[in-house]
Amino acid sequence: MSTQLPTGTLASAPPPTGLTPAVEARGVGKVFTTRAGAVTALENVHLTVAPGEFVSLIGPSGCGKSTLLRLVADLDAPTSGELSVFGKAPRVARENQDYGIAFQQAGLLPWRTVRANIELPLELHGVGRAGRAARATELLELVGLPDFAGHFPHQLSGGMQQRVAIARALAEQPSLLLMDEPFGALDEMTRERMNLELIGIWNRTKTTVVFVTHSIPEAVFLSTRVVVMSARPGRISKVVDIDLPQPRTADTRETARYFELVTQVREALRRHESEAPLPADRIRAEGLA
Amino acid sequence: MTTRPSPARWAAPLRRGAIGAAALVLACALWELYKLVGPDTGAHLFGASVLPRADARSMPHVWDVVARMGTPESSAAGSPSVGAAMLQACWFTLRVSIAGWLAGVVGGFALAVVMHGSRMAEAAVYPWVVLSQTVPLIALAPLVVGWGGKIHVGEFVWERWMSVALIASYLAFFPVAVGALRGLQSPQQAHVELFRAQAASPWRTFWSLRLPASVPYVLPALRLGAATAVVGAVVAEVSTGTKGGIGRLIIAYAQSASGDPAKPWAAIVAAGALGLVAAGLVTLLGLGLGRYRIAEVS
Repeated sequence: MSTQLPTGTLASAPPPTGLTPAVEARGVGKVFTTRAGAVTALENVHLTVAPGEFVSLIGPSGCGKSTLLRLVADLDAPTSGELSVFGKAPRVARENQDYGIAFQQAGLLPWRTVRANIELPLELHGVGRAGRAARATELLELVGLPDFAGHFPHQLSGGMQQRVAIARALAEQPSLLLMDEPFGALDEMTRERMNLELIGIWNRTKTTVVFVTHSIPEAVFLSTRVVVMSARPGRISKVVDIDLPQPRTADTRETARYFELVTQVREALRRHESEAPLPADRIRAEGLA
Repeated sequence: MTTRPSPARWAAPLRRGAIGAAALVLACALWELYKLVGPDTGAHLFGASVLPRADARSMPHVWDVVARMGTPESSAAGSPSVGAAMLQACWFTLRVSIAGWLAGVVGGFALAVVMHGSRMAEAAVYPWVVLSQTVPLIALAPLVVGWGGKIHVGEFVWERWMSVALIASYLAFFPVAVGALRGLQSPQQAHVELFRAQAASPWRTFWSLRLPASVPYVLPALRLGAATAVVGAVVAEVSTGTKGGIGRLIIAYAQSASGDPAKPWAAIVAAGALGLVAAGLVTLLGLGLGRYRIAEVS
């Protein structure tokens, strides 16, 4: 697919027909059947993500935000409602490689070098050696690791590993990037730096991003919309539009509007926290998180 | 690059070698120490022997055993030295063991792949794999020789050493089957989901994820398999009456135990050394696979 792409070009594949949403969920629900009984992880979720948006899902443990992402990625199937990715069933989107995905654990293969890890998706889909090498070089530049191409994952810090994982997710220029708390295991300083890098990558590639996080500042800083979710059962409680100007820079974090929006999201989260049911219930629901 | 051979890369194997040599010296020292302090007639408690005899007939000196290797096997003219006879027998047994090991590795790995293929296959096969190791080898040997004797396919004739190799493979396949199964099942959930997200076929997932991930489990299993293949070959030589190998030599030398105690001990030492050599050869296989062995399980 991307073999003839001139080096240095990082534009994502053209968004499929203007009006088709990147992700569309209509009344999506997910019930897990466990030995202890049925647990509702998601209930009646309606969400539309337009191409080019950066949407964060935020909420307490057990609110089903990761579950929703996994449904979009077709790593799990919804038990009710309809879900489409670029107008297609999630399974078809997965098979067409419409999305790239990054998890909280970088999940790099320890026996592959950084370069070979980035090339993995291309290799799995039959891109030739030269095409793979050119693309990997490009991506190493993009995530700022050109000097580490020959290193093995265990020789890198957590932040660097996560950057490799992001490069891998971007390898096939997906129109949709799914990220499940990719910076959750990093310290606050590294996380802020990674946020800056991610927003830079998003500015350059204009990929649609669905981003799961626990961190309010991270969600506000990165997103065009923040979807606040509540637990037991997992559902969307509020959507906050983030009207901070683009492109976002380190200074964005110091504007008054930024703090206002952080407060707005925090209050939306707190409102539902106060309605939290019994602790026993919480323990069970958090087992899902 | 950091993968370039450096002194540090050789330090660990050297240290392991030194520890191994030290362990050997210690074993010899303990042997001699017991000879020094142990009662010549052993010790008995209510008629049961609790301490072995330490006399020269039961426990020859280490140096006597070593010296015996350099002297002729028997008083007959032109008789080779015990050491030469041992080397020849070891070479025979080693080749048979390698054949058995190879057959065991192929069989064990195939079983692991089948068991990994479906939960039902695992539930059906795994108990039999474990059960197989409870069948005494000695009971099996005559059966295998009997079956082999009936095989005539064109020019192909089943030879006695093949029965020995087959019995050796019966021991060798077990650690390989168990180790490979654990290895194939070892990839983390995150890695499996990554391959699923890439819509990778089961075959690609096997080749690019499960197989490389299994290396740290398979290599120790191969080493263990090599050692058990040698044990299997030696026992099979004895119980099938196969000539030419170290198993036969142990039996033959044991007959002179009373008059020439160092001679059977020399054969036993040779059999032990053979197992070490076989396991060592397999270790060489792992040298090129360093990148897959970041977390080796042993």
